[in-house]
Amino acid sequence: MGLALRDNDDREAATRRPLRFLTAGSVDDGKSTLIGRLLLDGRAILADQLDALEARAGGGQPIDLALLTDGLEAEREQGITIDVAYRYFATAKRKFVIADAPGHEQYTRNMVTAAAGSDAAVVLVDATKLDLAREPLQLLPQTRRHALLAKLLRVPHIVFAVNKLDAVADADGAFARVRAALEAFAAEAGFAPAGIVPISALHGDNVSRPSALGGSDGPTLLELLEALPVDDGATAAAALVPVQFVANAANGGVGHQARVLWGRVARGEVALGAELVVFPSGESARVAELHVAGRRAERVGAGRSAGVVLDRQLDVSRGDWLATPGTIAPTSRFRATLAWLDTEPAIVGRKYWLRHGNRWLQGRIAAIVSRVDVATLGHHATDALGVNDIGEVVVEAQHELPLASFDDDRVAGALLVVDPASHRTSGTLLVRAAA
Amino acid sequence: MNAPTPLDRLLPEVDLGQLDALEEEAIFILRETAAAFERPALLFSAGKDSCVVLHLAQKAFKLTGSAKARLPFPLLHVDTGHNFPEVIAFRDAIVEELGEQLVVAHLEDSIARGSVRLASTDESRNGHQSVTLLEAVEEHHFDALIGGARRDEEKARAKERILSHRDSFGQWQPKNQRPELWTLFNTRLKPGEHMRAFPISNWTELDVWLYIQRERIALPSLYYAHHREVVRRRGLLVPVTALTPPKAGERVETLDVRFRTVGDISCTCPVESDAASAAEVVAETLAVTVSERGATRMDDRTSDASMERRKKEGYF
Repeated sequence: MGLALRDNDDREAATRRPLRFLTAGSVDDGKSTLIGRLLLDGRAILADQLDALEARAGGGQPIDLALLTDGLEAEREQGITIDVAYRYFATAKRKFVIADAPGHEQYTRNMVTAAAGSDAAVVLVDATKLDLAREPLQLLPQTRRHALLAKLLRVPHIVFAVNKLDAVADADGAFARVRAALEAFAAEAGFAPAGIVPISALHGDNVSRPSALGGSDGPTLLELLEALPVDDGATAAAALVPVQFVANAANGGVGHQARVLWGRVARGEVALGAELVVFPSGESARVAELHVAGRRAERVGAGRSAGVVLDRQLDVSRGDWLATPGTIAPTSRFRATLAWLDTEPAIVGRKYWLRHGNRWLQGRIAAIVSRVDVATLGHHATDALGVNDIGEVVVEAQHELPLASFDDDRVAGALLVVDPASHRTSGTLLVRAAA
Repeated sequence: MNAPTPLDRLLPEVDLGQLDALEEEAIFILRETAAAFERPALLFSAGKDSCVVLHLAQKAFKLTGSAKARLPFPLLHVDTGHNFPEVIAFRDAIVEELGEQLVVAHLEDSIARGSVRLASTDESRNGHQSVTLLEAVEEHHFDALIGGARRDEEKARAKERILSHRDSFGQWQPKNQRPELWTLFNTRLKPGEHMRAFPISNWTELDVWLYIQRERIALPSLYYAHHREVVRRRGLLVPVTALTPPKAGERVETLDVRFRTVGDISCTCPVESDAASAAEVVAETLAVTVSERGATRMDDRTSDASMERRKKEGYF
């Protein structure tokens, strides 16, 4: 077989991972149809699955692409998607993971789930739902909500797919007006869309097949996604590693030798011989041995797991951090954006479990500063945040933490909030700054 | 397929760098599970997906040159009693070779206890495995089970988390899943609850075979082409065994077949194939037009929603 087997590259692997994107749209925007179309055109739909759809459609009728993705009985009954589903397809250029986020407003927490960790968001705009005669053209609240949520969660690329242009009278004129409205909205919200593509998910125009629909002469949605860059924050100068697993002789360490500290590099790179300081103990040592899975390495970059053996025995356990000396600023009181996902409202002063990196600790919301209106990004003073609310808060943690702004570091800048009674994931904190 | 098709002609840009990214993610999840839970176990059926997870675990926890080290968790096999003998032989050989600890939970014991009642003696035992599995969880106080399920296998699995919470009855609540944000997993459990961990969630069948080929992972022989007596039933090839004899009027044929999944003997069917190596299976997989479960699992055919029902009951 003429298949060349390539060796691992410790710095490159993270950037060769599949592009993960979320799809956001409301019920009936054609989101399930778009995903079905991508899977079908990406040949991820197999013969028996098509058979089942054709049997359901009845002889001679076109198949319902949306049925490819509606995976749970309950949502089939309700006709809406109720939880994040992951789909896979590949083109010759790239592999893709779709995180299919529900559009129904009460399920915003699932969109937050889909957005966290996604490289791009495809926000569907249903051209048939807009009042094209109105001046100026008004976008639907959910379009603004989905895009602003993606921006708030720092999804790197936001793409608008203007759908159902096959069903409006003047597709070129309609698309021009919707595009202008989207550009104005994005400028006001402070982001640059990675693309605005006129499509028909039903017929496939500009999804993978180029079409002049809407006056398009640009890339198809798939071409656009194939070309998006992926950034894992590997360019930072200083190294930061949350210790995930400490291997000793009993569970994979090297006999009587020093323990191996495993952790995924959050930023920068770890190099053999480099000096690292342990947080919180403050002791430092040099990297005497460096491992990746299965072999030795000389340097390991962000996004990859490194196995670090220090040149002297220090007391290090899961939850600690290894960092380039002088590059972390521990703090226990900070401002953050809180996305609240629990049906029980956030309670100021109550102790919650927080997870930062690999450490669990207690913490409380010292104050709720404001609630963000995700339709406008305006801030409104409030002292309560409920399910699906996003707000600015001040947090007090039990211990100092090596926090970073979420804008700079998605690992050190993010925390999980867990209800100590129910153990539900109640929310997530994106760190802004020390307070 | 008569002559094997060279891979590079079928898909010129098979990018093995993407396998590195999948491996990296899987190993990260394995270490997370070992570190965050007190008594994890790795579900090991000797099926290809569990062989891949076992291989990943070796890479995650054993440094080169320290082959004597043991994984930080035992392997757990739910034995339905309806096995292909070569699969059990393979399981025992690899456990011996790697020096791992194997816990076997027997479905026969659940039948003896009365917790599993079969409607008929030849009924498929696949759906009953969850009872035996949950009994093993209670007996051994396991708080995390590592499995080889993939999201591309089936629609209900596409909604599965990487770390998936099970309540104290072992049940999955699809409407009440914990949001999974970045890799900040919510690993908190109450007594009696457990977590399922799926390190290869984001792999496809093709990824699995490419990885088996690249890493030279050994599999039970029935994953590769061999002669076998089968009958044709409802579009499937049903292997002729003591447990699955031909029905009246069915014609027994000897064909070149391989299995794409291996489970309980009474519900696992092979496909026609002359792929005798992982590389040839990769080539076939690239050309395949029928999904893995559709071609090979009788029990999934009963209804579109059959997987979701079984998941809610604690099936892996």
